[in-house]
Amino acid sequence: MSDISQSGPVLAADGTPLKRSLSRALRMQKMRALLLIAPLLLFILLTFILPVADMLYRSVDNRIVQDVLPRTVQALESWDPASNQLPEEAAFAALAADLKEAAEAKTHTKVAKRLNYENPGIASVFRKSGRKVKKWDIDADGPFRERLIELNKGWGDVELWKTIKTYSGIRTTGYFLNAVDMQLGADGAEMRPENERIYNTMLIRTMRMSLIITFSCILLGYPVAWLLANLPSSKANLLMILVLLPFWTSLLVRTSAWKILLQQQGVINDTLVWIGLVDDTNRLVLINNELGTIIAMTHILLPFMILPMYSVMQTINPTYMRAAKSMGATDWTAFWRVYFPQSVPGIGAGSILVFILAVGYYITPALVGGTKGTFISNLIAYHISTSGNWGLGAALGAILLAVVLVLYWVYDKIVGIDNVKLG
Amino acid sequence: MKLSKLSALAVTTALCAPSAFAEEMANELTLVSWGGAYENSQHKAYVEPYLAANPDVKITWDQSAAEAVAKIRAMNEAGNVTWDLVDVVASDSMRLCDEGLAEELDHDGILAAAPDGTPATEDFGDLIVSDCFVPQIVYSTTFGYRTDLIDQPDSVCAIFDTEKYPGKRSLQKRPIDNMEWALFCDGVAKDEIYDVLGTDEGVAQALAKLDTIKNDVVWWTAGAETPQLLADGEVVMGSTFNGRLFSAIAEQGQPIGMLWDMQSFDLDGWIIPAGLPADRKARVLDFLKFATDTQRLADQAKYISYGPARASSAPLVGKHAELGIDMAPHMPTDPANAGNVHVYDYEWWADNRDDLDAKFQAWLAK
Amino acid sequence: MSALPPYASTGQRAWYYSFRVICGLIFFFLIAPIVVIIPLSFNAQDFFTFTPEMLRLDPEGFSLKHYRNFFGDDSWQTSMWNSLKIAPMATIVSVTFGTLAAIGLSQPHVPFRRAIMAILISPMIVPLIISAAGMYFFYSRIGLQGTYMGVVLAHAALGIPFVIITVTATLVGFDRSLTRAAANMGADPVTTFFRVQMPLIMPGVISGGLFAFITSFDEVVVVLFVGSAGQRTLPWQMFTGLREQISPTILAVATLLVAISIMLLATVEMLRRRSERLRGMSPS
Repeated sequence: MSDISQSGPVLAADGTPLKRSLSRALRMQKMRALLLIAPLLLFILLTFILPVADMLYRSVDNRIVQDVLPRTVQALESWDPASNQLPEEAAFAALAADLKEAAEAKTHTKVAKRLNYENPGIASVFRKSGRKVKKWDIDADGPFRERLIELNKGWGDVELWKTIKTYSGIRTTGYFLNAVDMQLGADGAEMRPENERIYNTMLIRTMRMSLIITFSCILLGYPVAWLLANLPSSKANLLMILVLLPFWTSLLVRTSAWKILLQQQGVINDTLVWIGLVDDTNRLVLINNELGTIIAMTHILLPFMILPMYSVMQTINPTYMRAAKSMGATDWTAFWRVYFPQSVPGIGAGSILVFILAVGYYITPALVGGTKGTFISNLIAYHISTSGNWGLGAALGAILLAVVLVLYWVYDKIVGIDNVKLG
Repeated sequence: MKLSKLSALAVTTALCAPSAFAEEMANELTLVSWGGAYENSQHKAYVEPYLAANPDVKITWDQSAAEAVAKIRAMNEAGNVTWDLVDVVASDSMRLCDEGLAEELDHDGILAAAPDGTPATEDFGDLIVSDCFVPQIVYSTTFGYRTDLIDQPDSVCAIFDTEKYPGKRSLQKRPIDNMEWALFCDGVAKDEIYDVLGTDEGVAQALAKLDTIKNDVVWWTAGAETPQLLADGEVVMGSTFNGRLFSAIAEQGQPIGMLWDMQSFDLDGWIIPAGLPADRKARVLDFLKFATDTQRLADQAKYISYGPARASSAPLVGKHAELGIDMAPHMPTDPANAGNVHVYDYEWWADNRDDLDAKFQAWLAK
Repeated sequence: MSALPPYASTGQRAWYYSFRVICGLIFFFLIAPIVVIIPLSFNAQDFFTFTPEMLRLDPEGFSLKHYRNFFGDDSWQTSMWNSLKIAPMATIVSVTFGTLAAIGLSQPHVPFRRAIMAILISPMIVPLIISAAGMYFFYSRIGLQGTYMGVVLAHAALGIPFVIITVTATLVGFDRSLTRAAANMGADPVTTFFRVQMPLIMPGVISGGLFAFITSFDEVVVVLFVGSAGQRTLPWQMFTGLREQISPTILAVATLLVAISIMLLATVEMLRRRSERLRGMSPS
């Protein structure tokens, strides 16, 4: 809209200034659009965003210690862990009172489990003492320091008290530190012992394998996308079906197919033995390792690479190549200097998409990955459903989500989410 | 009609007919178990006769027993328990009981006595390892091997001998049992295993021993995997539950042999999740009483080679339901099989599980 | 690369043919794993590999027994019905909300369009294990875990990005003068929507719906967490089957699923071309 003339506001038919009338119309339009979007936005927020946010909060939530051991936490406030001396009798008395109450409500094992993540062995001290302390009379049975230590010598260990004090806040960084193989030591964060480090390895492995998968997809996807973009449309449409069929086929169907093909007694090994390429006693190990995951996931994600590449290549005008050649470029130069640079956006879009999908994969690595070919997602699932260390699972999830969101943001900047195409 | 059917079924036990309470009982029951041949044996031995007597009841099976502890914890936190009766191993029952997630039970009050009147607590004896636990079976984790691919091994240490027994082996993806076998085969005396494993050096020693075969191991998480891997020839030997191996050998005729040396005994039984509404709890208790009586436990042994947890069931163990073979020699408790057993220490593992799990997982990922 | 020009050199010829062979191999890689399970599902034996009888094309080597297993087995049948109960319901929810929102999003002036779009597409981007774990805890707390409704809502959320993407894609080429013309001729907005806009975006809505359907129909991670035994779907049953008792029945199921995929794919392709024709774009 250009400037309105200075002689006075232009009026609409009903006499209101045009500017106001237009802006009211615009506001109406915005309102209508938002009203149409609102139900879905609310739906997604409630069924999806809120649950994810709620889970991520578990990665810092540490209310359990304060809830179950309120007196102990308070009594330890004045204690200096650096002194390396056991706390005063008051702390022991507070603990006995807390423990008695907790044992009656059976919550002492929950706090024990929490503290055990940070200092293995605490759980059994709590559990064993809980049974006995339940029968104590807190008002009459003091003093508790000697009694508790006599009951279980674990209470005489300064480290145990340090752990309680360190993890008495209602929020903790413990899970996140654990998720990067660190722990809160006496002098702040430090690396865990060598034989307990696993998550960095897994995160790096997930990234590395996702990169390999993305790269394999580029390698296999580029020629196919090029062929599809340069064939007459009737033929291209026919071949496109070969790309779209895997895309539409159930993930489990494709994973089970690979499981059957790659086994040592599977179709591929059988064929190789039959041809004579491989000795029957030396069948190739293609599954339950990294290779299995890479092969199966490359296959599963390949259509996500081909489709964006194809839609970019379709827009590349073939006359540029011809022009380059007419000016004396070899086929290779024409391709590398003229065609390839124009197809880079397609590679970029496909790569980010494939990488985003790959880092979060769970089912395929679980079924064909063995122990060497599993991803960070598999560890998250392990902590959520088997080990019960939900805080750690959530912290690992938060890290994975952060990686994905950064890539999502990059994708949105470069490609735009609107431009995602599905077939 | 309903009563006559019921009395016909209740061969040995004085089953109190539930009709007096019928109107207060929920008619839907969700049982959680492990799937496969084991769940099938429970279905045949307990559920089918129970349904025949209670045609209005609908029973759903859920195969989530492996994740039972985490799931019950989540349900409890949310105050929305959807399971009624859960089949867990002994150590899980102790964890659940400790955390107040499973109902504490008065065993003599709710369970049927033995046919001769012995109260349930005596009949089950030591197998009631926690106040919440109603034992069903004694099973063992032991090894199967391909009779046509390798020589017959006579010791559990064949697992670590890749020269004499080349090929892949499958082991359960957890430290329990594997660490003990590794130490045993590394020369640690059987009764010192847990003392050694309690030290950092002991853990390192066990993992070092496992390291020698790490590249030859396929790790399993579900009990049916080893029989399948053995049948496909993907592994030449592997650990699994003895009943699964029995199915593969006796029912499917696979060329698989049993290696009972150092088999690791464990128990499996029911727990009731804490906090069930009264009507559902009434139904569960009714079913539980029926399903754990002497005859039902003995019947289960017709379908799978696990030892019944009641002493009074043992003499009633007969022949396989379809194959007609004698089941007794296939039980892990049979003297011929139990020559050298590994007694797995629940208490020790309850204390050290989290710690060793972390170390084991880290070792696996390396 | 439509044809090789007559003046091509030997090198160009060699490259031309070897390039075609390479592409052929890649297509083979894409399609072979899906095709190979089809004959294997007719195996008369309980093996996962071709038996000598099958290779000789001996009729003895083939049978329908795995299909009979599938149709005769209670747990497979229940899981199929569960899938068929969950997927359409989830599809209806995501298509209804999704189409409305897509129309809203394609209006000319939408505040925070980018941010809203990013939120609506996020269920497709967030790793499934994170969505699944989040929904598991949250739905447990509000009593939706282990219920039919819970699984439907979760699957609907996962299907929504697909509906948004396909419907907005059909609206991109939508000629706004059509609605203005309708309004000029006295049609109210509702009539305009149903008589003008709806027929044009219908193909997008249907293909979005099919995407949402297949998303729910194939989904396994979320249902493993949010569902309980009562909502055991076909993919769930397959997943346990693959992990535990891997039986060739899985191959029969897989073959049936491939057949369903082919049908859905054909429908979507048809709709896409129809939509392009309607909008006056040349079919590509």
